[in-house]
Amino acid sequence: MTDAGTHTDVGATGEAPVTTLSTPIRVEYQYTAGLAQSRYLHGMADGKFLGQRCPKCRQVYVPPRGSCPTDGVATTDTVELGNTGTVTTYCVVNVPFQGQSIEIPYICAQILLDGANIAFMGLIQEIPADQVRMGLRVEAVWVDRSEFGLTSANVRYFRPTGEPDAEYETFKEYL
Amino acid sequence: MSATPARPPVRPVAVVSVAQSKAVRREDHRNEVEMLMPVVTEVFANIGITKSDIGFVCSGSTDYLVGAPFSFVMALDAVGVWPPMRESHVEMDGAWALYEAWTLLQEGEVDTALVYSFGRSSPSDLQRVLALQLDPYYMAPMWPDPVALAALQAQALIDAGRATERDFATVAARSRRDALGNPNAQVAKDQTVEDLLTDDYAVAPLRRHTLPPVTDGVAAVVIAAGDRARQLCERPAWITGMDHRIEAHALGARDLTRSPSTASAASAAGLFDGAAGGGALHVDVAELHAPFAHQELIVRDALRLADSVAVNPSGGALAANALMVAGLLRIGEAAGRIMDGSAATAVAHATSGPCLQQNLVCALSATPGGADGKGA
Repeated sequence: MTDAGTHTDVGATGEAPVTTLSTPIRVEYQYTAGLAQSRYLHGMADGKFLGQRCPKCRQVYVPPRGSCPTDGVATTDTVELGNTGTVTTYCVVNVPFQGQSIEIPYICAQILLDGANIAFMGLIQEIPADQVRMGLRVEAVWVDRSEFGLTSANVRYFRPTGEPDAEYETFKEYL
Repeated sequence: MSATPARPPVRPVAVVSVAQSKAVRREDHRNEVEMLMPVVTEVFANIGITKSDIGFVCSGSTDYLVGAPFSFVMALDAVGVWPPMRESHVEMDGAWALYEAWTLLQEGEVDTALVYSFGRSSPSDLQRVLALQLDPYYMAPMWPDPVALAALQAQALIDAGRATERDFATVAARSRRDALGNPNAQVAKDQTVEDLLTDDYAVAPLRRHTLPPVTDGVAAVVIAAGDRARQLCERPAWITGMDHRIEAHALGARDLTRSPSTASAASAAGLFDGAAGGGALHVDVAELHAPFAHQELIVRDALRLADSVAVNPSGGALAANALMVAGLLRIGEAAGRIMDGSAATAVAHATSGPCLQQNLVCALSATPGGADGKGA
């Protein structure tokens, strides 16, 4: 401090130095899902998985984002997918964290719905964590129809179907 | 300030294609990818190429606008990056993405680049989002909005005796009238200066017409080097120089009535080479990114634009101001005038940050060596 006449050197007065400054920031957004995702969410509200097919490479994407990430073209054909799929890969969550709503350990898996060409992340339940495996056949368990909304949360989790495991060859492209 | 020596490009690079969405107040139905896809398709179709002809992709956007992390990664779905492509992104206006692409093309490794940007100003309260670009300790917690900060700048300009409210209205009236000829503009009206001077104040001395509209929009540009540019476009808009400069973050540390960073960037871009000793700059067209009417006056001064220069024939940022897009569009609009033969020389300017903190200047010409054809 050079201007001792008008400023007080807080360090010299014995006050504690300011080491932390809290500046709360909150900004609200109105999200636009887009045409493809809106269709997907309406499908959800109807208890269905709706994907979209690329007109060029014929791959089916779910949830769709309106474009083929490979070809960069609009996906226009809507494809209704079934309720069953295959665990392509997974991890066991053993770490507690703030806001966790599921009891640990639990399984977070990549699930390839039958007829889809891209896997998405889902929760696996109704099976001990140490028994989950690649190739496990699973089905979606939905919340009660009366609770359906425009949300992916309509799917509570996936559980084993009891079918024989899928052959590695059938899902190795989707790991 | 001391003159910055011009750095002429080592390899001629030109804008060869431009495409943009119509500027709207709010895009209600499509997400960013769905907005970008038709524009990327158009920018390729204009010159008959596909993504496989592109050597580099660079985008400009900011996650703060849509409130989504890594939104630029998802936006790449509009291009389709398979097989894998050389790609980059700047958390800035697309004009700076174009700068990065131009620099890379100088190296000679690739001959073409796609540059795009997307900006949705509607999902959030823009006044709050833009306050977050200020210093986070002393300024941002007070949430000063960009209109208030711009008003301080406008008042400083009036106090310095360099402009009046009528001057601001004159800029706005001309911009809105010119925008009538721009099918993508959002604000296009034929109004007299007297009409505009009856407008309410947003924040004095800024009346409503001196403010930019809130805009959702996207734009894409293809640049190409040397012979490749000539193959793709009959009349490429050659970039004869480009540079950008930034000023202090603290508003109080700057003279808000001047834009030394614009002047310095223009000098480095070689714009003053033919106008030594402070002479006026003669180009056919100037597209200036001046979101607030009074800022056009400051940028004009910094660029020493001659009175004869046609400024913002597109209507400029007062006609459409998709954040992160409006700067790239100034280059696109200026290049468009050269590509369509209505101009031989042009200057484009882009800005970022509060009160013209950061500025980019791009010199364009119908000949690779500039207005006088040197080096062509």
